[in-house]
Amino acid sequence: MSVPVVATSGLRFSYPDGRLALDGVDLHVHPGEQVALLGPNGAGKTTLVLHLNGILLPQQGTVHVAGIPVIKENFAEVRRRVGIVFQDPDDQVFMPTVYEDVAFGPANLGLRGAELTDRVEAALAAVGMEALRDRAPHHLSFGERRLVAIATVLAMEPEILVLDEPSANLDPAGRRELADVLRQLGLTMLMVTHDLPYALLLCDRAVVMNRGRIAADGPIEEVLSDTMLMAANRLELPFGFDPGAIRRRP
Amino acid sequence: MKLAATILFVLAVVATPREAFWAFAVHAALLVTAAAAGRLPPGFMARRLLIEIPFLLFAVFLPFLGRGERVEVLGVALSQEGLWAAWNILAKATLGAAASVILAATTSVPDLLKAFGRLHFPRVLVAMMGFMVRYLDVVIGELGRMRIALQSRAYHPRWFGEARALAAAAGTLFIRSYERGERVYLAMQARGYRGVMPEFEAAAAPAGQWVAALVVVALAAAVAAMGWVLR
Repeated sequence: MSVPVVATSGLRFSYPDGRLALDGVDLHVHPGEQVALLGPNGAGKTTLVLHLNGILLPQQGTVHVAGIPVIKENFAEVRRRVGIVFQDPDDQVFMPTVYEDVAFGPANLGLRGAELTDRVEAALAAVGMEALRDRAPHHLSFGERRLVAIATVLAMEPEILVLDEPSANLDPAGRRELADVLRQLGLTMLMVTHDLPYALLLCDRAVVMNRGRIAADGPIEEVLSDTMLMAANRLELPFGFDPGAIRRRP
Repeated sequence: MKLAATILFVLAVVATPREAFWAFAVHAALLVTAAAAGRLPPGFMARRLLIEIPFLLFAVFLPFLGRGERVEVLGVALSQEGLWAAWNILAKATLGAAASVILAATTSVPDLLKAFGRLHFPRVLVAMMGFMVRYLDVVIGELGRMRIALQSRAYHPRWFGEARALAAAAGTLFIRSYERGERVYLAMQARGYRGVMPEFEAAAAPAGQWVAALVVVALAAAVAAMGWVLR
């Protein structure tokens, strides 16, 4: 099989207050996969995400990105390959203009001049936000800020897009527009979400986490249809939603 | 470019001797011209200039408190030295504030930040100003939501003892902002930040602009110098 884009093995991590957040996580994501990371609050999903590009370092176990170990010497390389889109776009989009914000990542990678401009414009075009390049982020709508946040990561040309609650706080149309953009990108994707229909729409595989461990890993239709598994991990589908009855779009 | 011109202009104004009334008139005329060129209505300028009033209050007291020779004005003995000092502050503060208002009204914040960068201001300070502008709205929004939440639970403080909740709210706001700061920093690290803000090339100001701005500055400087010579 191909080299996994991200691979963790035996990952353990506890926070300074003693709370064990990850208790031996083995996760592989291969190129081209769209994986949903599901689980109740406090299951360790966000902690796992922060390990994927070295924001948090494992206390036990290892993390590899495209075969490269995530250690301090490789941070620049790893952070280029793993693009994390955080939950609150206000945390991510911090420069005075959209253009400068999207340019922040590639500029940190050392790009300058026309090359930098091309990257930024391509990233903004990929999310349909070219027209906003000179606007100030605080003048944008929430949905626009979310898309700009994705562009800021795309500008680094990552090998995997990691999204933390991408559909949170979006209105239904914004939610659908974001789904269209994400499908269009067709990138390898790891998506942390409580929005199970959204995960079913966008992902092929589901990984369920609970209490710092991986509780299930399989095709998303099967995971969402397994009522015992779902109940054991505090996962619930919206009322009346039947994953078996949904024909997924090709 | 406008930033450099404004700083130099203010320096020239400050360097003008206070006895040279005509010199201040010329400075004011220069500013009026600049405001007109920027199509700023006088009412807008006047409102923005209200900001200097607290500073001027101090100047108002000087003629009463100052020492030295006294002059009678409307039957009140005023210190001559104090009068001069008050005039000095009034004239220079108004001109300086007006120059800043013109700059702020005709320049967008990102352009202003870029200008600081081009003038080789310390990059950390420029970045801090940028963050401040970016997050001011976010923090004010948060404060607004907290205020609404307090009011929705029938919180209408009337006497001092009831201000406790406000203090708690301020504390919460501080903690939240602090935590947001941490999250922003994480997000920056995730995009390869390693302690140095990247530099973006800003377009240089066209030569025509420089000439226009420098003419204003040169005139102001000449007026200041003449003020000293003709004293």
